[in-house]
Amino acid sequence: MVRFDCISKTYPAYRGKPGVNALRDIDFAIARGSITGVIGRSGAGKSSLVRLINGLEKPTTGRVVVDGRDISAFAGRELRLAQRSIGMIFQHFNLLSSRTAADNVALPLEIAGWAKADIRARVAELLDLVGIADKHDRYPSELSGGQKQRVGIARALATRPSVLLSDEATSALDPQTTRAILDLLANINRELGVTIVLITHEMSVVRQLAKEVVVLDAGHVVESGHVADIFTHPKHPITQSFLAEAIGDSLPVSLASRIVPEPVAGGQAVIRVQVRGAGAGDTLVARMARELGLDVSLLAARIDEIGGRHVGSLVLGIPLGIPGGEGAASRTLTWLSQHQFSAERLGHVA
Amino acid sequence: MSPELVNLIIQATGESLFMVGVAALLGTVFGLPIGVFLATSRKGELFAAPVVNAALGIVVNATRSTPFIILVVAIIPFTRLVAGTSIGSTAAIVPLTIASTPFIARLVEGAIREVDGGLIETASSFGASPIQIVFKVLIPEALPGLLLALTLAVVSLLGYSAMVGAVGGGGLGDLGIRYGYQRFMPEMMLAVVVVLIALVQLVQSAGDYLARRVNRRLRHR
Repeated sequence: MVRFDCISKTYPAYRGKPGVNALRDIDFAIARGSITGVIGRSGAGKSSLVRLINGLEKPTTGRVVVDGRDISAFAGRELRLAQRSIGMIFQHFNLLSSRTAADNVALPLEIAGWAKADIRARVAELLDLVGIADKHDRYPSELSGGQKQRVGIARALATRPSVLLSDEATSALDPQTTRAILDLLANINRELGVTIVLITHEMSVVRQLAKEVVVLDAGHVVESGHVADIFTHPKHPITQSFLAEAIGDSLPVSLASRIVPEPVAGGQAVIRVQVRGAGAGDTLVARMARELGLDVSLLAARIDEIGGRHVGSLVLGIPLGIPGGEGAASRTLTWLSQHQFSAERLGHVA
Repeated sequence: MSPELVNLIIQATGESLFMVGVAALLGTVFGLPIGVFLATSRKGELFAAPVVNAALGIVVNATRSTPFIILVVAIIPFTRLVAGTSIGSTAAIVPLTIASTPFIARLVEGAIREVDGGLIETASSFGASPIQIVFKVLIPEALPGLLLALTLAVVSLLGYSAMVGAVGGGGLGDLGIRYGYQRFMPEMMLAVVVVLIALVQLVQSAGDYLARRVNRRLRHR
């Protein structure tokens, strides 16, 4: 549906500012009807990447093929016609303050030269689709953020595009509204079969909506694939840091402040076990306790679901004060690695 | 005040409104496109033409920095060419238009530049041509600012129109100088000033009202 062929994008030096290599060696494809999240820190090149798809920017080298057409080779009228089959929504909604909700949605249709009666019918249909039929005659200043983005989505879908680009579309919204908008996008993908490409710096957006993910860092694709695969086995440090944000890898403050490097008499060793994959953590503690004969205590735990698989970590306390002493911790680590769990000793607590 | 003097004031007010009205209209006809072009023709913009932009900017600045009274005198041959005469209210419209065009152009440029650049990108993203962006996005979105700019231009033109009396342009300024000053009729001077103040108030209030009416950026009701 969308294919990036050996793309690089360089912004030339301008007025004393040095040139920037925004993107390099970008080479991947986005399948028709999929929802792909492009995630990266600010400055990673996400915005440039998404703007190559609808021809707002031109690659320095390489081609961007959308729906079988090399959009990077288009210009002028040809490009404008192609752009009608690619919708886009924005972080700050970008609605015209001088037009009502309905007239904002009508704008791309006016630009495409639709007849007035057809525009009226299509606009009503779209406002209904995004659930704000009652806001037909409201101006953007009278709408909430979520409602504005619904107008933005209706406008982006007006000309029946095959691709919908989302440029941080939920970054200016509160979590509850974000969820509602992401649900709406999922519905649109399901019902209209529109391919969705969303760029974001928020793991929660990728986790809730995307099936495929592309991790971008310094203008380079560092990992890409199914969301579940990428986030159950993140390889690149950036991917790992995004995962850590999603599943909250940091320890509870009261626990973190008590951890010391050396064993404490009568205390516990603190071990963190990474949980990856469906059902992996379910019986772990019970099995450890039974097979190792230890009173394992659960100090902290967080398990989430990404792409239908469990991802998270358990922080366990292994008692050292009992007969067997120090050996208990190393036996536990050996047992964990035998059972394919990745684990590390964080320290000790009293 | 005698009825003749009142008639003089009414006639002069009519001349002033005629000069200012026509000059504002023509100034807008010429100034609006120039202003839109100035606002959209720098490097990387909609109608990118940095060299033309810079050249036009210089012309605009030069016209604006010429004192109006000097402009009036300097272009007398041109005025005669266009209006067939260099004296009278109709002739005065020529320098008034030439002075107001660059003024309006700069004000329009400012109002257009106030429009969020994200809206231009948005319109481009769904395939709007540069001309469509100007008429469907930039001008409607800048309308409150444009109306205030036009109001300011009309108020300035009222002031300018008082000066064309010096070259036989007629109008309220002319009346004030000839009767109020040269014939030493302070009541005439006062009447002229009062009428001018009233006109400016009227124009400004009307402009403010219209600008508020079309401004949808603020919450209504």
